[in-house]
Amino acid sequence: MKLKSILIAATAFAVGSTAALAEDMTIVSWGGAYSSSQNNAYHKPYMAANPGVNIINDESSAEAVAKLRAMNEAGNVTWDVVDVVASDAIRLCDEGLAEEIDPAKDLAAAPDGTSAADDFGDLLVSDCFIPQIVYSTTFGYRTDKVGDSPPSDICAIFDTAKYPGKRALEKRPINNVEWALICDGVAKDDIYDVLETPEGVDRALAKLGTIKDDVVWWSSGSETPQLLADGEVVMGSTYNGRLFALIEEDKQPVAMLWDAQVFDLDGWIIPTGLSPERLAAAKKYIMFATDTQRLADQAKYISYGPARKSSAPLVGKHAELGIDMAPHMPTDPNNAKNTFLYNYEWWADNRDDLDAKFQAWLAK
Amino acid sequence: MTDQTHAQTVLTTQDGVPLKVSISRALRRQKLRSVLLVAPLFLFILISFVLPIADMLFRSVENPLVPGTLPNTVVALQVWDENSGEMPPEEVFAALAADLKVAVAAKTHTRVGSRLNYENPGIASLFRKTGRRVKRFEEGDYTAQFLKADKKWGDVGVWQTIKQFSSPMTAGYFLAAADAQRTADGVQFKPEDERIYLFLFGRTLILSVTITITCILLGYPIAFLLSSLPLRSSNLLMILVLLPFWTSLLVRTSAWKVLLQQQGVINDTLVWLGIVGDDSRLALINNQTGTIIAMTHILLPFMILPLFSVMKTISPTYMRAAKSMGASDWYAFWRVYFPQTIPGIGAGSILVFILSIGYYITPELVGGTSGIFISNRIAYHISFSLNWGLAAALGVMLLVVVMVLYWLYDRIVGIDNVKLG
Repeated sequence: MKLKSILIAATAFAVGSTAALAEDMTIVSWGGAYSSSQNNAYHKPYMAANPGVNIINDESSAEAVAKLRAMNEAGNVTWDVVDVVASDAIRLCDEGLAEEIDPAKDLAAAPDGTSAADDFGDLLVSDCFIPQIVYSTTFGYRTDKVGDSPPSDICAIFDTAKYPGKRALEKRPINNVEWALICDGVAKDDIYDVLETPEGVDRALAKLGTIKDDVVWWSSGSETPQLLADGEVVMGSTYNGRLFALIEEDKQPVAMLWDAQVFDLDGWIIPTGLSPERLAAAKKYIMFATDTQRLADQAKYISYGPARKSSAPLVGKHAELGIDMAPHMPTDPNNAKNTFLYNYEWWADNRDDLDAKFQAWLAK
Repeated sequence: MTDQTHAQTVLTTQDGVPLKVSISRALRRQKLRSVLLVAPLFLFILISFVLPIADMLFRSVENPLVPGTLPNTVVALQVWDENSGEMPPEEVFAALAADLKVAVAAKTHTRVGSRLNYENPGIASLFRKTGRRVKRFEEGDYTAQFLKADKKWGDVGVWQTIKQFSSPMTAGYFLAAADAQRTADGVQFKPEDERIYLFLFGRTLILSVTITITCILLGYPIAFLLSSLPLRSSNLLMILVLLPFWTSLLVRTSAWKVLLQQQGVINDTLVWLGIVGDDSRLALINNQTGTIIAMTHILLPFMILPLFSVMKTISPTYMRAAKSMGASDWYAFWRVYFPQTIPGIGAGSILVFILSIGYYITPELVGGTSGIFISNRIAYHISFSLNWGLAAALGVMLLVVVMVLYWLYDRIVGIDNVKLG
């Protein structure tokens, strides 16, 4: 009898203490250098300030949309906060899989009192999306294979006479068709009007067709750095952070071609279907992790620009390399002479249709 | 008297129960026990395998979103003739306004938008945009208010799409999976530059057959060697066959990248030997060649293992007998040994073919554009476009193709003629 009551007491204590000690929170992100930058800038300080929270990292962002839908249908959402690109956030919001966020209530104001809505500005592209970073898709080229005249213009990718060798492009239409039209003489402001018509799509594909045999198509952002390092391609598109790591950390003979870089956003969403306690905990984390200082801190570990205007002046040096990070940001004025922002609305409507055409074109 | 004769003719057990009843009871108990023993596995397969697949396949015809979210509009649209080329009447707009107000409150209007956007690009933003406005709509003249919210509501094509997908079941996904669409003149193929799925089905089949054949050509001699060597050395060889089998698929695929790329080991060696020039390095990866090489390597053990286990059971005395009666080596092999290995070839081929027809990750990594399979498109629709209905329809078609081929195989070779050992 005595033993039994001791056992019960011990079990109750164990259950009670685990509940009180560690409140698990699963945060989903992309893995690699990106996750470790978040771990250093957000997770560690958050856990230090909130000893009751235990953050579990999951590296499933690449399949987040499909997995969230499956979890939602099964009625068992195991993720608390998810890192996705803006276009996926829009899709999740449309499908009712992400919570709507009220910037005034759920996000911290800037230190000088500017409201979060103004601080993020136009980057709040969806009601469910809290932006973290601005990244860009841009080109890197082998400095040892371009002779005395390194490319400075996006149209160098179509100039196989001057820059012979293979190019790495992403295996989807986004960005590629825009670059093709720019180099086919379409003004930047008219690109989507042209793409809206079947002739415009044909025109873009025809331009891409001029280099089709010289392209290695990638589907994961890590492929281009590898292809550049191996000398398989002379130039290739990928995310600027990957190129930064290749150039500054791996010291490869590669340089950036910032011209016509495409800005895109990455940030958080909170899945729908969480219990009120978990939702509150997720919102508390978001409030902390997207404040001005935290966003600036992340740029110490990876070369992506913070999404808040108020964070930009706080960007310092790289935590390990000790180099100034500001010139490596895609948003730096020197790099951002000619840019465009991913047109979310247009691509949300036309992505599937254009992708089908693009894949059919690729297969032929 | 009758009781007595009855008792004599019917055999009973010691406690007076007729033997027949007692036996059937015992048998029933036995049967029940075996059913209970199988039940956990049966339930496991049913719950974790059959039901989810059935559910997934059912999505290829299901279309609950449109009639569920826009019930009044669907009813109002019934009177409208979609081929008239005219706009629907005011009642339809009024019904849509009522439906959208409910849907916006429940935040389901954007889901209908995404669903219809698969069929008619632009509807997603149309619903998103109109959803923001519809709360402020006033009573009366809904047509004008919708047109003011977005002029795209004046496009008859939008209404045709809504009407086309207003029933709870749809053949739309299957049409899309067969590169077809419904037009005013009935079902027609899509324009040439948008057709992709049938082409990919064809390529998947051709490449899978090629991979199966190369697996037979490479696997047969190895299995023969394995089965004819003494146990010690054959065990060592067997480990060499199995070692890659235990290595991660991604590691093996990445290793092929290092070997096959243009600045890779094989090309470097060939250039160094002077067999190919530095400017004409072979393209061995990011094309069909890459897919065939990498997948043959990955699937080879599935060919070797059944072949080996069948060859192991063939007694060497048959060959000796044939030779002692004057057959040449080749004749004895071809007429005596080879026919006995056919069940192994059959089993290996089915395994390799069916595995390769559904392969996804290797073609994605080494196939470039000319070496990708239909499963890569299925994966795209599952994880990126979220068009699960189309993915399910493509999956059903793939399943049907495999079943037809299996049936053909059974008719031609006979499924009893397959042995795994």
